[in-house]
Amino acid sequence: MQLELKDVSFTYNPGMIYEVKALDHVNLAIEKGQFIGVIGHTGSGKSTLIQHFNALMKPTEGQILYEGEDIWGDKYDQKTLRTQVGLVFQYPEHQLFETDVITDVMFGPKNQGLSLEEAKVRALRALVQVGLPEQYYNSSPFELSGGQKRRVAIAGVLAMDPQVLILDEPTAGLDPAGRDEILDQISFLHKERGITIILVSHSMEDVARYADRLIVVNDGKIPFDGTPKEVFSHYKELEAMGLAAPQVTYCMHGLQERGFDVDVTADTVEEARDSILKAFGRSVPAPEKEDNRPAGRREKSGRKGRR
Amino acid sequence: MGIVRAEGLKHEYTKYREDESEVKVHALNGVDLDVKEGEFIAILGHNGSGKSTLAKHINALLIPTEGTIWIDEIDTKGEEDLWKVRQRAGMVFQNPDNQIIGTVVDEDVAFGPENLGVPTEKIVKRVEEALTKVGMLKHRDKSPNRLSGGQKQRVAIAGVVAMRPRCIVLDEPTAMLDPTGRKDVLRTVHELNKKEGVTVILITHYMEEVVDADKVFVMDKGRIVMEGTPREVFSRVEEVKGYRMDVPQVTELAWELRKAGLDLPAGILKPEELVDALAALKQ
Ligand SMILES: Nc1ncnc2c1ncn2[C@@H]1O[C@H](COP(=O)(O)OP(=O)(O)OP(=O)(O)O)[C@@H](O)[C@H]1O
Ligand SMILES: Nc1ncnc2c1ncn2[C@@H]1O[C@H](COP(=O)(O)OP(=O)(O)OP(=O)(O)O)[C@@H](O)[C@H]1O
Ligand SMILES: [Mg+2]
Ligand SMILES: [Mg+2]
Repeated sequence: MQLELKDVSFTYNPGMIYEVKALDHVNLAIEKGQFIGVIGHTGSGKSTLIQHFNALMKPTEGQILYEGEDIWGDKYDQKTLRTQVGLVFQYPEHQLFETDVITDVMFGPKNQGLSLEEAKVRALRALVQVGLPEQYYNSSPFELSGGQKRRVAIAGVLAMDPQVLILDEPTAGLDPAGRDEILDQISFLHKERGITIILVSHSMEDVARYADRLIVVNDGKIPFDGTPKEVFSHYKELEAMGLAAPQVTYCMHGLQERGFDVDVTADTVEEARDSILKAFGRSVPAPEKEDNRPAGRREKSGRKGRR
Repeated sequence: MGIVRAEGLKHEYTKYREDESEVKVHALNGVDLDVKEGEFIAILGHNGSGKSTLAKHINALLIPTEGTIWIDEIDTKGEEDLWKVRQRAGMVFQNPDNQIIGTVVDEDVAFGPENLGVPTEKIVKRVEEALTKVGMLKHRDKSPNRLSGGQKQRVAIAGVVAMRPRCIVLDEPTAMLDPTGRKDVLRTVHELNKKEGVTVILITHYMEEVVDADKVFVMDKGRIVMEGTPREVFSRVEEVKGYRMDVPQVTELAWELRKAGLDLPAGILKPEELVDALAALKQ
C-alpha cells in the first residue's frame, strides 16, 4: 500500500472553547496508481485530510504510513516525502512567493538539490504542461489573473516530479478550456507515468469523468468510499451532505421516471448519450479513439466536450 | 438609460520590469455595454479576458484609460462622485474568507452602512433586513468562521445589500463552494433581483449558473464577443467552445443526441427540458 491512514483524528485548537474536530477516526488505504476524487461540503475536512498525506499536519491521534513507513516515526525523512507527495494548495497565492514565474516554479526542484540548469529544464517543462503562455514566464506571479496563478502553482509542484500528486480544488477559478487542459494533463500524467492522483473538487461532473474512486468527506468522517457510480447512486444522501450527482445523472433519473429504459448510473455525457440512444433503438456512435497526447499538443478547434 | 453604461471602455495596466522598463497590458480593448436597471446579467470569459477588470470599473476601483463608464449616469472619472458610485454598485468577491472582517455576523454586515455614515439607530434595521433577504438572520450572532463557505458568501452579500446598492457585481462568488452552497447563493441573488429589483452582474466559470440570467455576455481578450439570452448563446455550442467556454452539461448531452440523429430543439438548458423533449419525441 502506498499511503495508509490508520484511525487518524485531528482537532484544531484542542482544549480551547473554539476547538474543532476536523477529522474523526479516519481509515484509508490508497494504492499506487489510483485516481481518487475527494468530495465534501465546505468545511467538511477535505483540506485538513490531504495535508496529512505529506506531513504538513500532524494527526492528533492515529498513524500515517507512506510505503509502509510511519511518516511521524523518529528518523523519518519528511523533506523527501514532500517532494514525493506533492501538494497543490487550495489558494494558489499561498504557494507563490518568488519575484517572477520561472523562479517560482524552479524553487521546488532547486530545493530538491538539483542544479540551476536542471531546475530550469524541469520548470520550463512544467510550465508547458500547465499551458501558461510563454509571455508570462518573467512576470511577477502577483500580476497574473486568477486562473494564471493557479497554473503557476500547479507547475511548481509538477516540477518536483512527484509520485503522488494531490490537488486541492485545482480548477476553481479556471475557465472551462483551462479546466479541461489541466485535468487532461493530470490524467495523462496518471496514465503515462502511473502517478497516484488525489483530486479534491466541488465539481461532481469532473470527478465523475476522471476519478476511478471517490471518497466522500462529511464532518470529518468518510461515509462513502467507492467507484463514482456506487457513490452517486446515493445521490439523495449526498444532497443532504451539501453535494449532488452530475447533471446528466439527474436527466437519467428523470427519464426513468417517465418510463424510459435507461441506465441511471450514467454519470458522463458519453454514457448518458449512449444509453438514451439505445432506449430509442438508435445505433450508438463508435467510441472516439482516446487522445493520449498532453493537452497542450492537441488541435485547439478539436476540443471535445469535457464530460 | 441603463444603470451601467460603457462606451469604448479601455483599460491598460502598466507593469514594471526589473530593469524599470514598462510593459502595457491591454486588459479591456473597447467595451460597449448598456445594462438596464433590474436586469440579471452574466459574464463569461476565459482567464485573463478582462472580467474582473470590467467589474472593478463598475465599482470605480479602476478608472478607464480611455472611454467612459457611467453608473446611474455618474461618470466614474469624477473623483468627488466616487462614494456615490460605490454606494450604487456593490461588489462580492471569490473568496469568502478574505471579505469577512467582523467577528460576529451582525457586526460584519453593519460595516458597510457604518462606512457610508448611516446613523447607528438605522443600522440595526438595515442589518436585519439584509440578513433576512439572504436567509441568514438566524445566524446573526454567530462567528463567521463557524459558517460554511456558502453561508459566508451570503453574509458577504448581505454586507453589500445593507448598503442598499442598485446594482451588485459578483466576481465568481461560487468558485469555492460545494453544490448546495452554489445553489443557495444563486437563489439568493435571483431573489434580490426579482423581489428588490436589484441589478445583478454575475461573473462565473460555471455554465449551469447562467441559464436563468436575462442576458449572457461572453468576453474574449478584453472585448465582448457574444451577447444574448442564455438559450441564444448556448445554442451556438461550437462558437462558445471556440472562446474557451463550455455549455451546461445537459446542453452538451442534448447537442450530442442531436448530432446522433434525435430531433431535439437547440439550446436545451435544464435537465427537465431534456426529459420533456425526449418524452415528446417518444410519442
Ligand atoms: N486553522 C484552523 N483553525 C481552526 N479551525 C480550522 C482551521 N482550518 C480549518 N478549520 C476548521 O476545520 C474544519 C475542516 O476544514 P477544512 O478546511 O479541512 O474543510 P474543507 O473540506 O477543505 O472545506 P472547503 O471546501 O471550504 O475548502 C472546518 O470546520 C474549518 O472551519
Ligand atoms: N494588477 C495587474 N497588473 C498588471 N496586469 C494585470 C493586473 N491585473 C490583471 N492583469 C492582467 O489583465 C488581464 C485581465 O485580467 P482580469 O483579472 O481582468 O481577467 P479575468 O477575466 O478576471 O480572469 P480570471 O477568469 O482568471 O479571473 C490579464 O492578462 C491579467 O494578467
Ligand atoms: Mg478546503
Ligand atoms: Mg477574475
